[in-house]
Amino acid sequence: MSTNSLSKSKLHGLWALTNRELKKWYKAPVVFALTLIQPIIWLGLLGNALNLGSLVSSSSIAFPADLAAQFTPQQLGTLNQFFSGLQDQILTSTFGTTSYISFMAVGMIAFTALFTTMFSGMSVVWDRRLGFLNKVLSTPVSRSVIIISKVLSATLRSMFQASIILIIAVPLGFQPGAAFTPINILGVFAFLFLICLGLSSLFIAINIRSTRIETPMAVMTLLNLPLTFASSAFFPIDRMPGWLQAVANVNPLSYTMNGMRQLLINPTIDYSQLALQYAYVGIFAAVLTTIGIVLSWRFLNK
Amino acid sequence: MSEGDTIKAEGLTKVFNGSLVAVDHINFNVKHGEIFGFLGPNGAGKTTTINMLITVLKPTEGKASILGYDIAKQHDSVRYSIGVVPQEYTADEDLTGIENVLLCADLYGIPRNVSKKRAADLLDLVELTNFKDKKVQTYSGGMRRRLELACGLINRPKVLFLDEPTLGLDVQTRTATWNYIKTLKKEFGMTLFMTTHYLEEADALCDRIAIIDHGKIVVVGSPEELKHSLGGDLITLATKENEDVTELIQKVEHVKEVRKEDGTYRIKAEFGEVTTPFIIEALRKKGHTVTKLTLTEPTLNEVYLEYTGKSMRDAEESREAFFAQRATMRRARGH
Repeated sequence: MSTNSLSKSKLHGLWALTNRELKKWYKAPVVFALTLIQPIIWLGLLGNALNLGSLVSSSSIAFPADLAAQFTPQQLGTLNQFFSGLQDQILTSTFGTTSYISFMAVGMIAFTALFTTMFSGMSVVWDRRLGFLNKVLSTPVSRSVIIISKVLSATLRSMFQASIILIIAVPLGFQPGAAFTPINILGVFAFLFLICLGLSSLFIAINIRSTRIETPMAVMTLLNLPLTFASSAFFPIDRMPGWLQAVANVNPLSYTMNGMRQLLINPTIDYSQLALQYAYVGIFAAVLTTIGIVLSWRFLNK
Repeated sequence: MSEGDTIKAEGLTKVFNGSLVAVDHINFNVKHGEIFGFLGPNGAGKTTTINMLITVLKPTEGKASILGYDIAKQHDSVRYSIGVVPQEYTADEDLTGIENVLLCADLYGIPRNVSKKRAADLLDLVELTNFKDKKVQTYSGGMRRRLELACGLINRPKVLFLDEPTLGLDVQTRTATWNYIKTLKKEFGMTLFMTTHYLEEADALCDRIAIIDHGKIVVVGSPEELKHSLGGDLITLATKENEDVTELIQKVEHVKEVRKEDGTYRIKAEFGEVTTPFIIEALRKKGHTVTKLTLTEPTLNEVYLEYTGKSMRDAEESREAFFAQRATMRRARGH
């Protein structure tokens, strides 16, 4: 057993605490079922309701009858072809793909990461209130292990849910881009791993001193909206108004989503951009995880 | 303070938010192998003291050591040698009994091959073997408390801390829990530090008690010493004859005070069970017949009243503590 070799190291208890969080999730049938259903609803409902692609589809751009009468059927055919080509061009230049649901699916993956990590942050408060945290603090487990286990379990959960989204997106009309190869999925997981590390550290840092659930809830609701909408989750950044672009351009979620879109749905991959995106998300993760661990040394014990 | 002191506190103080003095320069020592109790109302500073000793809270001032390890500087040595049974039910509801005990073992880095055997033995000891594979949410209050005991003992601690061990339990379960605590102490030869706001609990379990009020220790002693310090037992008697025998009783050794009220004598005396026969004998020699007699030993309630100037009552407490206690009591009742 691996605990054997770890027993004298500083990391003992890490897997035990991580697994506790995970067990609470996969051993509770209702919670587990809901986490499976949630992405289906989001993608199926939001992905179709917010189908921005339909704005420029052939059905929404039909020729008025009197205008159509001036052309021969042959000319009309050419024009229709021209316009449907134009649609694809508009969609591709806006979303990087002709399929909005594919664009949206990637946004949903990042969105799921945001929500899962947010709730894992709140569990620190519950552990404090229910006395579990005090009990753990009275054992020789390293303070940073307590925090890292929370981060790790949130990351693993998010990655699992992201995989579900990708799988169910396929029957819902997900179209991989021309540059997609199965190996790119590993790249997507790398992005997810980094963003989850960063986000869960952020939310845990917010909660670490809290003894009541209301304050962090308010803070997180406040953070949640700009993080979601001032990002490329639903709409590309370069089509946003300037002030919103400024916010979206520093939002690590935008970098995550744009990077994942390159790997999954874009026709070509710009590798220098991809490197920049990895670097940005990587630095975000490193900085916030460090902050989280430093805070855990200072503030877990009052 | 002798070398046998397992726990030693000198001027231990905790101030919250710069102004709220929860524990105010307390000094005490716990001897090897004894059960030492902190008795006081809610909000007196009992849990704060425990939390400092178990290295969860940092003292604002003062020092304390456990088995010679400084609680502020030698965290890990302290943590490896103590076991903690918190006031709250900290076992995870979604996990089974055995999973919870093994989780505790992992927190001490005990290898699985060792912890499996230990967990099985401990669950056997607290009579939960038949329920070990059931989720904790199906457990009763008494079972949960026993599971917490098993968790607290997984690292074979030399000192066990019990914070309000029977909070919210019904009378029968409480007595049963006391028996478990006594058995475990005998089995493992530990030193126990416990807090309680139940007088009868302190009386039944503790070798020595410190009464704590408003963050200060008011008095320390064994339950008997504390009761004796009140000036002894109360004897009430009546005689057949109408003649006043107050002076006669007064002369008996160890009698401290005699008052006559409506034909009965209320006598305050030390060592009541020994003194009473002497009183009867003295009266009979002078031809008096005792018709009615009761002997009452002072309870800790009277001790408490004497030293704090009030009966046990709930002091003001924090919202957090209140929430935790309510949650514990709810779960104890199986909701």
